[in-house]
Amino acid sequence: MFYREAGDFKTTYADDSQTFPIKFDRYRYWAVLAFAFLVVPFIINDYWLNAVVLPFLIYSVAAIGLNILTGYCGQVSLGSGGFMAVGAYACYKFMTSFPGMDIFSVILLSGFVTAAVGILFGLPSLRIKGFYLAVATLAAQFFLVWLFNKVPWFYNYSASGQINAPERTVFGYAVTGAETHAWAVYLVALIFVVVLAVIARNLTRGSLGRKWMAIRDMDIAAEIIGVNPMTAKLSAFAISSFYVGVSGAMFFVLYLGAVEVGEAFGIGKSFIILFMVIIGGLGSIFGSFAGAAFMVLMPVLLKNVMVGQLGWATDLAAHFEFVIVGGLIIVFLILEPHGLAQLWRLAKEKLRLWPFPH
Amino acid sequence: MTMAETYQTPDGRTIGGQVMEMKNITLRFGGVKAITDISFDIREGEIRAIIGPNGAGKSSMLNVMNGFYHPQEGEVWFHGKKRGPMKPHQIAKQGIARTFQNIALFSGMSTLDNIMTGRLTHMKTGILKQAMWWGPAEKEETENREVVEKVIDFLEIQSIRKTPVGRLPYGLQKRVELGRALAAEPKLLLLDEPMAGMNVEEKEDMSRFILDVNDEFGTTIALIEHDMGVVMDIADRVVVMDYGKKIGDGSPDEVRNNQDVIDAYLGVAHD
Amino acid sequence: MSAGFYYGTEVFLNGLMTGVLYSLVALGFVLIFKSSGIFNYAQGVMALFAALTLVGLQDGQVPFAHLINSIFGTQVHHFGWHLPALLAILLTAGVMVILAIVVERYILRHLVNQPDIILFMATIGLAYFMEGFGDLMWGSEIKKLDVGIPQGGNLWIEENTAFLGGDDFYGFYLDSLDIVAAVFAGLLVLSLVLFSQYTKTGRALRAVADDHQAALSVGISLRFIWVVVWSIAGFIALVAGIMWGSKSGVQFSLSLIALKALPVLMLGGFTSIPGAIVGGLIIGVGEKMFEFLIGAPFLGGATENWFAYMLALVFLVFRPQGLFGDKIIERV
Repeated sequence: MFYREAGDFKTTYADDSQTFPIKFDRYRYWAVLAFAFLVVPFIINDYWLNAVVLPFLIYSVAAIGLNILTGYCGQVSLGSGGFMAVGAYACYKFMTSFPGMDIFSVILLSGFVTAAVGILFGLPSLRIKGFYLAVATLAAQFFLVWLFNKVPWFYNYSASGQINAPERTVFGYAVTGAETHAWAVYLVALIFVVVLAVIARNLTRGSLGRKWMAIRDMDIAAEIIGVNPMTAKLSAFAISSFYVGVSGAMFFVLYLGAVEVGEAFGIGKSFIILFMVIIGGLGSIFGSFAGAAFMVLMPVLLKNVMVGQLGWATDLAAHFEFVIVGGLIIVFLILEPHGLAQLWRLAKEKLRLWPFPH
Repeated sequence: MTMAETYQTPDGRTIGGQVMEMKNITLRFGGVKAITDISFDIREGEIRAIIGPNGAGKSSMLNVMNGFYHPQEGEVWFHGKKRGPMKPHQIAKQGIARTFQNIALFSGMSTLDNIMTGRLTHMKTGILKQAMWWGPAEKEETENREVVEKVIDFLEIQSIRKTPVGRLPYGLQKRVELGRALAAEPKLLLLDEPMAGMNVEEKEDMSRFILDVNDEFGTTIALIEHDMGVVMDIADRVVVMDYGKKIGDGSPDEVRNNQDVIDAYLGVAHD
Repeated sequence: MSAGFYYGTEVFLNGLMTGVLYSLVALGFVLIFKSSGIFNYAQGVMALFAALTLVGLQDGQVPFAHLINSIFGTQVHHFGWHLPALLAILLTAGVMVILAIVVERYILRHLVNQPDIILFMATIGLAYFMEGFGDLMWGSEIKKLDVGIPQGGNLWIEENTAFLGGDDFYGFYLDSLDIVAAVFAGLLVLSLVLFSQYTKTGRALRAVADDHQAALSVGISLRFIWVVVWSIAGFIALVAGIMWGSKSGVQFSLSLIALKALPVLMLGGFTSIPGAIVGGLIIGVGEKMFEFLIGAPFLGGATENWFAYMLALVFLVFRPQGLFGDKIIERV
């Protein structure tokens, strides 16, 4: 009824290619943004921030990053954990070397450092494809974690081998360090997420996005119609790594505060982010959010039900989590390889016709 | 082969100078010779067909023309310049577009996006501007969209604009692929068996599109085709290949009466 | 000859024996990949699962004891029997066959004709599932696995090689377990090669590997072949699980041997049986020698975590088709 495109005529090509071609979607999008910026900061507390909201926001950025590489450009990466570590350690080095630098610049610079590392590890993609590349990205994962563990310069020779986020403020409110304001931390993360998501959307619907998708769908044909595979693949690696690096930096300074590389950014992290992208939907920005929400909320929910309600031991709940996540991955791949985003799309298609489906 | 700078076709069109010239091309895969010492040229505004039995090396020839294969011997001249060692994507930017024998569309994208990829060689906005979208990136997108919409109108595929190409029937996929190549506004259009696997009606449609492209946009076309009837009807000049060698070259009538060509197609008693 | 040379040789021999195990695990990958085009990430977790099941059966653990106790408030944990090692191994092999049937029935069958990468991700899901399931079934604490394989330094070799070096060389230190493992792995590799070359099922298997549809058209049952192949992969996982489990206990890290086999595959090619064998040996020796010569003295050690990957990566950049692959001719 309200959700329709009839009567909503497009008179320019610009109108036709906008992100939300349906009016109702546009209104909803602005409503969500308004709620996130104007309402949530007043109601958020430490529990909700750390258990749900912050991990969701940060993982969303990582999932968008991996989705650019895997979902749009078709290059499977199992090295996201390693690239998040690059972002986190770059962030730490910038913060300790330049105490005057503000937190936004630090996180952005960390992203650029990660992008450079991403290009380096993306070079093999010019020669090898598919599984070979997926396995090759594991090299990045293991090597990077080893590097941050073994070279003391990265953790400023601290005895514990950990890195700790020093305090930084925005307009006088602490956002990193020991004493932070939940709403301030939230807003910093939210600004990054919104800006990066909009940029990702713009890149993927423009000519760069088409180059990536052409490479993904058929690389040889793409090259023959004029896509330079080198720039297309390396730009995907660079931009994807930038996103993953930013999320790693935020994961460190905003969320954990203290990091031991093997624990925080091990191969398990790479898989979690990959799962977010699969469950959410390959090649969809919305899917990245949906996947991140799912993977963040599900363990919290399971824990609440099994430990909180049934009174089971936490390790039992943890095992169930593995079974459920693994099982869901398989079920999703069998039933809907395009993930939650596709379910959402189908629901919208139904809604568009409702209440007159014929 | 010496030829006047221009020639007239029977239907009265004037064919211009050389667009592409292949000089003594030889292509080997390991010890196998796919193409042996072949020379021919393609002239401005003509429809040039390459025919021959299966395995004659026609597709390999097309792959040499657009730089996907690099011949061991011989030279490729394009618009009066000898082509150095180039990658296929650089050659595409010079203005050579092609379609494929087995459809090579981007299956995850809509018809519109597929044809838009044909415009990629014309789109120059940098990453940063694209990230912002508004301003130059949006303007460029709109300008190129207009070109693409003309192609869509020309091929009469308006109704499937937003359909994912994977869902389209074979004949329409072939048409979309032609659209993608046309959107690049190529100086030379290569068609690899544009009518393979089509029924008579679809073949007639496709023939009409090819003739219209040549006629309306003046695009130079080189095509591979099996259907002799079609070739003889639409081609201005024909190269005939057999076992990697050139056995005939000339107007459809000349080729039709060439004894080597008749032998290759009908078989000949070896004594 | 200096003692350093002999220590180097000792490292080399140890690397060679580790390499045989890598080859074995890699072979599990290659078999599945060739016959079904699936890159089975769950191979390592299958080894863990096999080892867990073996220990559980041997010690007579009650499956899902933890879960049952949590739900019903009972206190069950053991049946109170102790199975002989051989029987337990046979039973575990049976469990691996059942696993193969379940995987075929509930996963592979539904994913026919999907892109390779989807299948690959499905096996990652399978790995997660089995890891959680194994822990649920048998508990997650570290377990001791003992099927009677001798352990510790092999004295005979040590005594009989001591004369080689000077006064400060006491003979090669080689673990008996490694020797047994290498012999078993070698035998298994050999019998698999014979199986796939000289038996009817083996021929069917190679036919499926070449072309699914052609194999179907001559009456080979794809499903049967898949069950066979996944069962073989299960046996390989069992052997690897026994060897690794006896050495360092049955625990999560056991599943990481699969990650060690991946660079072997990159080096040898995903479809080449000789590639898997030679690649395994090269990486086994390579990572031990690198650690001995460069890693430990200059880089702070633990280079074994990534050396194999880097080696494979550098190698692939120069030879994308792997050691034994044919040169790739791309077609349009």
